[in-house]
Amino acid sequence: MMVEIVFYVFAATAILSALMCITQRNPIASAFWLISTMLALAGIFVLLEAHFIAAVQVLVYAGAIMVLFLFVIMLLNLSGRVSDIRGRLSWVVATVIAVALTASLIGLRAYTPERLAQEVTGSLQITPDVAFQSGDLARAAAESRGVIGVFAEPLFGTYLVPFEITGLLLLTAIVGAVVLAKRRL
Amino acid sequence: MNPELKGFLLLSVAKMLVVFVAVLIWVALLTLMERKVSAWIQNRLGPNRVGPGGLLQPAADGLKNLVKEETLPKVANPILFLLAPAMSFVPALLMSAIIPFAAPLPLDFDFSLPLLGRFVHAGSTPMVVADLPVGFLFVLAISSMGVYGIAIAGWSSNSKYSLLGGLRASAQMVSYEVALGLSVIPILLLAGNVSFSSVIADQQGGLWYVLPLFLAFFLFVVSGLAETNRLPFDMPEAESELIAGFHTEYSSMKFAMFFIAEYANVITVSAMTVTLFLGGWDIPFTAWDQQGGLLQTLATGSFFVVKVMFFVFLFMWIRWTLPRFRYDQLMSLGWKFLIEVATVYFVVIAIAIHLIGRVWGVTDPRAMGWWLFALNLVLCYIVFVLLDRGLVIEGSSPQRRPVPPSVTSEAMES
Amino acid sequence: MLREYVPVLMIFAVSLGVAVLMVVGSHIFSNYRPTPVKAQPYESGIPPIGDTRDRFAVKYYVVAMLFLLFDVEVVVLFTWSVVFRQLGLYGFLAILIFLMLLVVGLVYEWKKGALDWD
Repeated sequence: MMVEIVFYVFAATAILSALMCITQRNPIASAFWLISTMLALAGIFVLLEAHFIAAVQVLVYAGAIMVLFLFVIMLLNLSGRVSDIRGRLSWVVATVIAVALTASLIGLRAYTPERLAQEVTGSLQITPDVAFQSGDLARAAAESRGVIGVFAEPLFGTYLVPFEITGLLLLTAIVGAVVLAKRRL
Repeated sequence: MNPELKGFLLLSVAKMLVVFVAVLIWVALLTLMERKVSAWIQNRLGPNRVGPGGLLQPAADGLKNLVKEETLPKVANPILFLLAPAMSFVPALLMSAIIPFAAPLPLDFDFSLPLLGRFVHAGSTPMVVADLPVGFLFVLAISSMGVYGIAIAGWSSNSKYSLLGGLRASAQMVSYEVALGLSVIPILLLAGNVSFSSVIADQQGGLWYVLPLFLAFFLFVVSGLAETNRLPFDMPEAESELIAGFHTEYSSMKFAMFFIAEYANVITVSAMTVTLFLGGWDIPFTAWDQQGGLLQTLATGSFFVVKVMFFVFLFMWIRWTLPRFRYDQLMSLGWKFLIEVATVYFVVIAIAIHLIGRVWGVTDPRAMGWWLFALNLVLCYIVFVLLDRGLVIEGSSPQRRPVPPSVTSEAMES
Repeated sequence: MLREYVPVLMIFAVSLGVAVLMVVGSHIFSNYRPTPVKAQPYESGIPPIGDTRDRFAVKYYVVAMLFLLFDVEVVVLFTWSVVFRQLGLYGFLAILIFLMLLVVGLVYEWKKGALDWD
């Protein structure tokens, strides 16, 4: 019960901050509302017993990515300039996207955990509890192996190849950043 | 709410208030201590008029800041200008919440209050405000939030000195945050867990990490100094070139909040160093402190404060001894030295732990610690003597200081 | 474990409250009497020319970008280091490949001068 109330507080914060983020005129203020959204998301991750993801959400998203955003905003200094995305065509495109997003959100409501388990695993024998480990299982795992251990074991086992590819992605990004910013190479 | 949860909440509120008030008072005393230490180092007296030995000086300063006239530059962005001190202040105090400051206290109570109902608590209470499972990841995450206060203070003031100070500060803090993160990896290799309580427990079973991981300790202290923006890393304030850096335009209590945040950060970094490398509240050479009891809690708590004060003093000593870095030197120290050394270091430590633990079969943590200590001596020689090439460390000793040729020629002529 | 976060929220609320109190308190006790000169940004007594809302050096962007990438690296290394003693040699080789890629990136940056503060 308490957890639900806290969840709705965080969810409302996240949605309101996101709305403020896209309606603010000042880009710096937008960036701050985005930070607020990310912190609220970190709170929701904690409620899902994903402690490590919550910490990373704050450390990387709210801490690192937003510093980059802030620097870029200050670097370009766009405040006071009107947006290029105006006119009738933009309105049409925006409406279409909004309708499509709302429709898919409503469509997702049709999925009960049972139906999702059946469609994902293809059999009725596998119950939602097994297919989607609930909070209790995650909590037990985190208590026995530590909040990072529970995350690290699959990362270096089942998902080793995607993990190494992430390293390649980071390398690409480093090269990209250098190429973008240096005038003389 | 059940009585057990209420007991937990009651204890949490009590611990939270104690830590919060203690940190604020500690900060007030540090402002005095800084001036006393600087006076001592520079052979002066320091503040000695307000109260016995100047002890009431912080109170006088606080009162002065409260009634000082505020300033608000006309060109500033008023909302962000007001928000920035709070964005520095809140993360600084938040970090103190998760550092264990004494041995767990066995505490049982079961009582009822009118209106509030029954409170129950049994068993040992960890002496930490919040014993989070994410441990010092939380500290890193919150310290990365501290950048915004400074960056926004600089930007929103719309003053040139402030902007330059804010930008320098944020670039510096993010650069050294990487080094800070990399320097704690060897600890995780040894402890295998991120929570502070398990790091302390592991050090009690073996050696304090300052011995087996000396180089990590060195890297951590250097990056910690840079994270708190203190000399020799005080580029953001650099009074001789930037007036007061990011808080040039701030006055009265808003200025005081930046000041409090800086000293709270000094306490937090010192407390982190103590917890990660010097066994936290552990009293060495005895197991008495782990038995549990009010006396043990008080003794370990005081010992913790003594250890933290040692690092606070070290930070002040460094501040009043060393000159400031040039900004390009500072950035190249962070990116071209600390990160590389930290990376190589944890790889070497990982290999060593694997060799000693798995291949040679040493399981006793104490023996493992001594082996790693021996390795560290070799690594320290490489870093401080071979990589240094006799420039910084040897060059600063008075015997080896080269005499400038102009001086010798003048001396010969006369 | 969730309830361990409650004290964090409490200390957040208290420090935010104290911060607000300090700003409001100093606003009440200090009287702000602005004059045109007082409301200028401080520039050592010289009348300020222009303001700071201008573009600034791209090197700050490079630092922020590299910080983001290396921060992700640090987070990944955290996950590896806590399970290193269980994984042993296998885990070490796995992270070595990852590290090699990043070291290549670091060497590239260094050689291209992205780490120089010119």
